[in-house]
Amino acid sequence: MNPITGIDAYHAFGLKLAEAGLPLRSVDPSPLAPAKVLELAPTDWGKAAAVARAESWRWAGVWAEDCGPQLTVQACLEKQGCYVLLHTAVDSAHPVLPSHTHSYWAAERPERQLQDMFGLRFEDHPDPRRWARHQAWGDTEHPLRKDYPVAGTRSGPTPPDKDYAFLRAHGPSVYEIPVGPVHAGIIEPGHFRFLAVGETVLHLEERLGYVHKGIEKIAEGRDPQGLARLAGRVSGDSTVGHAWAACMAMERAARIEIPARAASLRAIFAERERVINHLWDLAARCNDVGFAFGYYQFGRLREQWLRENREWFGHRLLMDRIVPGGVATDLASEAAAKMGKTIVRLRRELDELLTILDANSSLEDRFLGAGVLSAELAAALGALGFVGRSSGQSFDVRRDAPYAPYDRLEVRVPVETQGDVSSRFWVRYKELRAALRLLESLLVNLPAGEIAATWGEPPADAQGFAAVEGWRGEILAFVRFATDNRIARYWPRDPSTVNWPALEKLVLGNIVPDFPVCNKSVNGSYSGHDL
Amino acid sequence: MLRLYGKIFKTGVITEKVRKPGRQGAEPDEFVQTGEQLRQIVDRRFRGSLAIRQVDAGSCNGCELEIHAINNAYYDVERFGVHFVASPRHADILMVTGPVSRHMEEALRRTWEATPEPKWVIAVGDCGACGGEFGVSYASCGAVSNVIPVDLAIPGCPPTPLALLQGLLTLCGRL
Ligand code: SF4
Repeated sequence: MNPITGIDAYHAFGLKLAEAGLPLRSVDPSPLAPAKVLELAPTDWGKAAAVARAESWRWAGVWAEDCGPQLTVQACLEKQGCYVLLHTAVDSAHPVLPSHTHSYWAAERPERQLQDMFGLRFEDHPDPRRWARHQAWGDTEHPLRKDYPVAGTRSGPTPPDKDYAFLRAHGPSVYEIPVGPVHAGIIEPGHFRFLAVGETVLHLEERLGYVHKGIEKIAEGRDPQGLARLAGRVSGDSTVGHAWAACMAMERAARIEIPARAASLRAIFAERERVINHLWDLAARCNDVGFAFGYYQFGRLREQWLRENREWFGHRLLMDRIVPGGVATDLASEAAAKMGKTIVRLRRELDELLTILDANSSLEDRFLGAGVLSAELAAALGALGFVGRSSGQSFDVRRDAPYAPYDRLEVRVPVETQGDVSSRFWVRYKELRAALRLLESLLVNLPAGEIAATWGEPPADAQGFAAVEGWRGEILAFVRFATDNRIARYWPRDPSTVNWPALEKLVLGNIVPDFPVCNKSVNGSYSGHDL
Repeated sequence: MLRLYGKIFKTGVITEKVRKPGRQGAEPDEFVQTGEQLRQIVDRRFRGSLAIRQVDAGSCNGCELEIHAINNAYYDVERFGVHFVASPRHADILMVTGPVSRHMEEALRRTWEATPEPKWVIAVGDCGACGGEFGVSYASCGAVSNVIPVDLAIPGCPPTPLALLQGLLTLCGRL
């Protein structure tokens, strides 16, 4: 999209904030370029969100940093490909801020997360319950404060989290169904609490955080290689996406340009990750509704691509192929030629499968009209990736805030508006096809040269912010360095964090047995959310 | 419908067959041979059916992807008598991934308690084996063996489908 429009939106936003009487300072030059940074007084924090909402900015995330006497807080907004970071600072001893939740539904859980991890209180937050914290640490302890020991303070077994106050319903025909954390399949843990009448879901409440493993805390003190490895394990199925975002943030902090060949190889990895995950999810969706044929066919194609990853790049999931400064594995020319052929073959197979799926009414019977997320709700939440795109939200970082090598490629973004399981299935199918096209143009235009730049130690306090389009949608990363090339702060934001609340809404009115297919049509990462 | 059957026949059986070693790619051949040995043990010791309950106790979900893969059409681990069950009460073996997050610690312990004797535990992946990239922290108990008794660890990040099957074989071979 035209970059001018994003900048215009930014200037218009600045004017509106000024009109609303909010004194602010635009930090120039921005330490987090290309994102803009606007400094605000803590008292204006909530009002700024209201202005942003009125101006249709999307709310994308919030993080804090313990800077000794002060806690700094940054909230990320986006409009037309322009990223703006609202920045404020509060007193560490009594950190209080107005909440963004009144303007943005998406802020609800991330603010509760900050309350648990930093002791930052959002004074008018509608839901003061804890979120990230179960029982691994006490309610007066805040793990992301610098004085909190990485080893924690608890000895002995961690007690179960049994007193979380779920919403209750009363009445003779309403009943509760607790599900998880250990689910009945090969799947990540989390808890779902249903309120149902007969088979109909009246209410769903998610309780996540079971796989919280302290990623932000254990990132501190790592070197760039160590952070890239950790980022590649924020969510194993998005190892390329998270490693790329973290490396891009570190490279921006250290002002390192990666070679053009490295950028293209990263994109090849990222598009292969997209293809493989989409194939897997198409397979799994068929399986969810008992269509074994689709499960085996898409699963077969996926396995072929995993094996190619192993053969050409040395790892089936492509873990640790992206390193600070570039990539760890080159693509040999014979492998590039083979990849061209397998792309053609996959496309042919997809054509054939599409005709078969299309003719199979039992599949559409289960998918159509199930789990509808309306375009209004998707926009209000800022839903990302194929979840957003199935409900009319077309944002794609590769097209709207392009980074190398996508800035020289045409990225097609399929969009649907129905918002049901069927839409999410077909959008993924179309994204898969678009990824194959991208792979072909990446292969044709693969620049020659180095695959990694030499790393140069960034100055103390250097910071970087990056957004990339993972296969689930926009992945964000913020990095600050301390001295000696060590990480002081790492904040990753998986698109699942944004999309999880959508599931609570889209499942309403569906029958309980359709929950699995609704849930997996969204396919949030538990690990990426819980960190 | 005709097209569907056409595709099935055209695809044929891709599940990798027993071949003489070395004729094609090493991994698939090895996978089958390992599987055949495993089946003999499963037939003998578990009356032809070995039930596994997989528990993600804090993984990044990478290990889950490869555990899923051993069920795909290529590996089809069920043909060796190995299947994944929904309840620990039906399981012979718990396959546990991840560093055990402290928030999953009690759930893992209860899952283990719910599994009837005799039972065995396999810790999957570098994280399950030793804590991996996450180690021990305020949020993580590290290795699975820090929480429940472990009979075998299968390292790898994540372990390949072949490594998973070899691990199963190693464990069953000891029984
Ligand atoms: S071993 Fe590797 S793939 Fe498995 S959970 Fe740990 S980091 Fe993820």
